Amino acid sequence: MNRNVYINGIGSISAQKTFENNEFLNEFVDHEAQVISVVNPNYKDYIPPAAARRMASGIKMSVVASKIALQEAGLEQVDAIITGTGMGCVRDSEKFVSAIIDDDEQYLTPTSFIQSTHNTVGGQIALELQCKGYNFTYVHASNSFESALIDAKLQLELGEEHTILVGGVDELGEHTTALHKIINHIKPEIVKASQLLQSKTEGAVFGEGANFFVLSNEKQPSTYAEVLSVKIYNTLPKAEVAQAAIQFLKSNNLEVEDIDLVVLGNNGDVKFDSFYDELISKVFNNTQQVYYKHLCGEFNTASSFGFWLASKILKTQILPDCVKLNHVNSSAFKTVLLYNQYRGENHSFTLLKQC
Amino acid sequence: MGKGVAITGMGIISAIGNNVAENYQSLIEGKKGITRVSKIKTNHVNDIMVGEIAFTNQELEQQLGLSSNNNYSRTALLGAIAAKQAIKNAGIIDIHAYRTGLVSATSVGGMDMTERYYYDYLENKETQKYIEGHHAGDSTQKIAEQLGIEQSFVTTISTACSSAANAIMLGARLIKSGQLDRVIVGGTDCLSKFTINGFKTLMILSDTYNAPFDENRKGLNLGEAAAFLVLESDAVVKAENKEVLGYVKGYANANDAFHQTASSDHGDGATFAMEKALKVANYAPQDIDYINAHGTATGNNDLSEGRAIIRVFGNDVPDFSSTKAYTGHTLAAAGAIEAVYSVLALQHNVVYPNLNFKTQMKEFSIKPQLNIKEKPLKNVMSNSFGFGGNCSTVIFSKEQ
Amino acid sequence: MEALKQELKKNIIEQINLEDMTVEDIANEDLLFGGGLGLDSIDALELIVMLDKNYGIRLTDPKEGRAIFESINTMAAYVAEHRTK
Repeated sequence: MNRNVYINGIGSISAQKTFENNEFLNEFVDHEAQVISVVNPNYKDYIPPAAARRMASGIKMSVVASKIALQEAGLEQVDAIITGTGMGCVRDSEKFVSAIIDDDEQYLTPTSFIQSTHNTVGGQIALELQCKGYNFTYVHASNSFESALIDAKLQLELGEEHTILVGGVDELGEHTTALHKIINHIKPEIVKASQLLQSKTEGAVFGEGANFFVLSNEKQPSTYAEVLSVKIYNTLPKAEVAQAAIQFLKSNNLEVEDIDLVVLGNNGDVKFDSFYDELISKVFNNTQQVYYKHLCGEFNTASSFGFWLASKILKTQILPDCVKLNHVNSSAFKTVLLYNQYRGENHSFTLLKQC
Repeated sequence: MGKGVAITGMGIISAIGNNVAENYQSLIEGKKGITRVSKIKTNHVNDIMVGEIAFTNQELEQQLGLSSNNNYSRTALLGAIAAKQAIKNAGIIDIHAYRTGLVSATSVGGMDMTERYYYDYLENKETQKYIEGHHAGDSTQKIAEQLGIEQSFVTTISTACSSAANAIMLGARLIKSGQLDRVIVGGTDCLSKFTINGFKTLMILSDTYNAPFDENRKGLNLGEAAAFLVLESDAVVKAENKEVLGYVKGYANANDAFHQTASSDHGDGATFAMEKALKVANYAPQDIDYINAHGTATGNNDLSEGRAIIRVFGNDVPDFSSTKAYTGHTLAAAGAIEAVYSVLALQHNVVYPNLNFKTQMKEFSIKPQLNIKEKPLKNVMSNSFGFGGNCSTVIFSKEQ
Repeated sequence: MEALKQELKKNIIEQINLEDMTVEDIANEDLLFGGGLGLDSIDALELIVMLDKNYGIRLTDPKEGRAIFESINTMAAYVAEHRTK
């Protein structure tokens, strides 16, 4: 009685030019930085100026990404909107906190406070679409997007809703970046994106972005892939990552050999990339592997970019050279496994299947 | 589907009590916890009143047995205290005996530490431990650790003032669909300069005791609190021969899609949420015996919510009251606080008074329950509405 | 008075981020809320802060703003009479 769940439209704003759905990483921007920002579309093409004037960058990215996804799915409305964001509109939070301190609680204005609320993105998309349906926002670090995905999948499987807009968004903020440099969560040196995994230093290259997807329990010509399963773990010891992956496949009646591609969230942090090594060099050493955080940077919802990448590969059956992690080549991409974690916490496994 | 969702344990800490029994005592005695703010240094001290918890962070750390190098925000401390009470109340000894998840809600997260050390972080190594504790998911990870929940489903919801109601909703869904056997659900938010100043800019903070549904209401009082409930499947209840405190019968979330912060004049989102929750529970409006209203005492909310209640219940509006006059508006925790109060109402067959009400609103004739009222209660509806048009309703019932 | 009106237009554009507008786009008698410029209740709160910051005028009830912020003309008249800086 459980229905299948399909990805029927996608929209991505990232540090690569990904907002044109008829392209697929045609030009790889090989950033050289500690922090990489998104390639912005022309927001005015998508958002009227009166609506845009109060929108934080995270909201603008999300509104545009969701409009692109809806358009591709041929929809003007969805039944529900579910957003994941680790930090929300962090620039406005910074603006409001610094104003409280700098101006000693005087002359504060409401706009930055309102935008700092985590569900401001979901609320703004609902306002834009006039969507009065279910509207949730998950804010659980690197499992924010996957939480949204699980929620959407649950409702679509049970037929409670038919189309759900699901997305992950995070934006860079100057002060937050400075603080993450101090505690070595950001790499101490400038790194060339294509050399990220060779950096051998602590920390990641931080990024930002918005990746939104229209999920539905009905397949259509625009469908990218089927979402088979999503599972999250708050903790997972390194020694158990491989077993958890195998167990996850098993619970979906799959074996390691059934997987044509593994999409991994390694970010070049010498302290934590060993979690991925459990899959890279052990379980899936005969499986084709890709990575993506050198393209989009690390952020709480970076895995939504991985989800975008896997969707694109499954639909186009093209695998851009810039994401290849090993020398194994699959003849076709039918079943894809995604694995992500951040700093050893909040792990996720996701399975997508070609339609 | 169609499986029951039982509530088998509750924990709470708020301005009116440090546990479930103390909260209930204050509710029936009409004892509010609203005072001038004492733990946060703010220029607005004489312009606002708050619902503050008496314990200092240090005292809370001691209660949890944390070492001095911990990096718990006050949000995490309060959450851990309430969640541990809930587990204890549910008689859970082995958390691993069943597939157990945690869904927590917060809006403030670690902002209390961030605003305290914002510039200090740049040079002081001692305080830098709190940087990682800023994001909203951190308090939830810590609560999971305190409860011993490992390698499991743990997540955080933040939809402003409806957050904890939404956490309950997700927990109920996860159990109904058979994904988990047991989910600890709730929310936690501490007071912060950030929220005090934020609500101040919106000019919706009262300088005196908040008066829900009163014609001359001046706005809300902010509060801090945490509450958690243990939700368990029928199978666990049966296997463990558990005492059931109540059931989560209906729930719904809808969006007003009207304005970034304000509710629509006629409460569209609120109306949809209440109607849909009734449908999920398979109840008619007359099945509801008491509504624990969102009732923040802002001009906008109480008018919009009151009109929505009339739209759903017509001429037959059940007894209703807001308990925010007791606790203040505890933001992301409010839905869980009021869930605990709703279950207590069912258990004790009592409707709480809506404190501080003097003058009937002129826009409609419905009036909240003013005195404590004892009557048999079967089903209680609890509303929680937030910024971003987020409207949630949960229905609690005595019987399955 | 005309100088004050021009100054108010500039301050409004800045305070509520009307990036595509110039002082010339706002006429003294244009309605700022509802039709006209289409400002909303959050903008009204922003303008209340602007009055405090630039002219030392403190409004305690947002409802007071409604009449004051009707147009540049009404705003200028109020500011001229009540300003403390």
